[in-house]
Amino acid sequence: MQCSLKLLVPVLILAAPVALAQSPRKFPDVGTPLSQAEIQNFDRMIGPEGKELPAGRGTAKEGAVIFAQRCEVCHGKNGENGITHHLVAGSPGHPYSGPFYGVEKDGPSYFPYPTIAWDYINRAMPAPNPGSLKPNEVYALVAFLYYRNGIINENDVMDQNTLPKVEMPNKNGFVPAKPVYPPAKMPSWY
Amino acid sequence: MDSNQSDRRRFLKQTAALAGVAAGAGLAVRGESAQAQKGETAEAPHVHREPPRRGARYSIDHLTHYTPLQDYAGIITPAPVHFVQQHSMEFPIIDAAEHRLTIHGMVDRPLSFSMDDLKRLPSVSRIHFVECHGNSSPAIHGSNDPKMGLPVQFIHGMASTSEWTGVPLSVLLNEAGLKRGATWLVSEGADQGKFSHTLPMGKALDDVFVAYGQNGEPLRVEQGYPIRLLVPGWEGPFNVKYLRHIKVVDEPYNTWNESMNHSVSRPDLGGKTRWYHFQWAAKSVITRPSALMEMRKGYVNITGLAWSGAGKVAKVEVSTDGGRNWREARLESPVLPKAHTRFNFDWEWNGQEAVILSRCTDETGDVQPSLAELSGHWGIPLEDWHKPERPRAIHMNAIQPWKIARDGSISDAMFA
Repeated sequence: MQCSLKLLVPVLILAAPVALAQSPRKFPDVGTPLSQAEIQNFDRMIGPEGKELPAGRGTAKEGAVIFAQRCEVCHGKNGENGITHHLVAGSPGHPYSGPFYGVEKDGPSYFPYPTIAWDYINRAMPAPNPGSLKPNEVYALVAFLYYRNGIINENDVMDQNTLPKVEMPNKNGFVPAKPVYPPAKMPSWY
Repeated sequence: MDSNQSDRRRFLKQTAALAGVAAGAGLAVRGESAQAQKGETAEAPHVHREPPRRGARYSIDHLTHYTPLQDYAGIITPAPVHFVQQHSMEFPIIDAAEHRLTIHGMVDRPLSFSMDDLKRLPSVSRIHFVECHGNSSPAIHGSNDPKMGLPVQFIHGMASTSEWTGVPLSVLLNEAGLKRGATWLVSEGADQGKFSHTLPMGKALDDVFVAYGQNGEPLRVEQGYPIRLLVPGWEGPFNVKYLRHIKVVDEPYNTWNESMNHSVSRPDLGGKTRWYHFQWAAKSVITRPSALMEMRKGYVNITGLAWSGAGKVAKVEVSTDGGRNWREARLESPVLPKAHTRFNFDWEWNGQEAVILSRCTDETGDVQPSLAELSGHWGIPLEDWHKPERPRAIHMNAIQPWKIARDGSISDAMFA
């Protein structure tokens, strides 16, 4: 079984991805080409630098109203003491930078990039109706959560330019996942 | 032919029985809490009550099923009792006829594949384990929750082995054509939580496939129907279920699942956290006899499972004296790369206190570590494991000791 795959794609295993560029299709009648318009319609994945963030804006005050309507039922008032993920570590004006052992890991204070919360809320929240929030609402919710976590001020505006620049308290808490990952030799206790 | 058919019937029957064990679990949990609220203790006379439930934990944002490792033989986990880690509140209902897998991002030809498309392409079938990154974690030892089964089930039961069938991801990526600098990809599932995970391109082009079959049948709903990624030998979260989008990119995307659920800070890294651990190392566990079973004097067949994300299991050794002396166990065929391997070991129990352990060595020479060795690597003082709240650890492959008392009772001695 291992063999059949290797025979099928010998170059792919041995050579760098570069070797694939401009390689001809082997099964040109299988699959359907996607237009840029179609891709824009479904591609919502946001990377660490926030390059794909859409236009929009929101503040903590706007976010407080949306949070009470859409999020509080599970996450509790102001993101605390709900039935799932406790979303606050620290408090307004006082960011929390560790240690991250228990519920502190559950909220955005733990994330090293400011875009992670935006991406997740945008694609997966609120749980019963994921993907239903408009960009302005997501910016507002992130502003509200970052304000409650002491990461930004109450009047800071979050948009596609300001959000990626937010200084996260745990930004140095992770071993960088690039450029060489995984390493050539991985010990078993890695 | 007849005997084959009867074998198949028996297999289906056993599979169905095991399925009942897993599927009924949540109902019992709910039923019990409802009863507790009403303050009732007596059983309703006309309601069929399942035996004490085991193997499942449900919460509002997480569903977990544990494979009853103590109950199955050989290496193939029946699909209904394959472990489940679902990071959302429900299993999605997906119409396979409408489902599409898209490949876009840094590619020359963004493409969409229907299920029919995928099944027209070259197919591979391979036997591989899948294991949750949090399997065997220290937090779960000693929790003694009867709903979660015997300790071997809920300590080590987030690992299962199946024959998976699908199309190599390299075939799909070749159709799309990678652009220069395309070094990673990020996949998204169609579940409520939009489970997402990053994968380095080197692995994606090696042995990863998009699976649509498991043990001869279509994927089950809880296993990602209609398709999932299968990333042989690597930690569970890479195997994205309900796969719908693959975006080819030039850096790790570090999504919510990756940064929150799948990370833990480590003293040896100065308190920092790894984003990814990638490959599972050499690992094994004795499944019978194990904690909460009872021993009788005389002959004992010690059996268990060994595996490694690096390749084949080369050797399993068993000790019946707490690790002072080791003897090699028999490996049952087949011994396959990145798959569970069944081992057996003949033993005569003399009725005295004993600690039994198994130790796996894989074909790369990697040897399964003891807890002390693993703690040394991670910079965790051994005594910390005895504190009321144990250190957090994931990617755990320490040797599992089971302690046999003179009365024949068996207990988990990992942190004893």
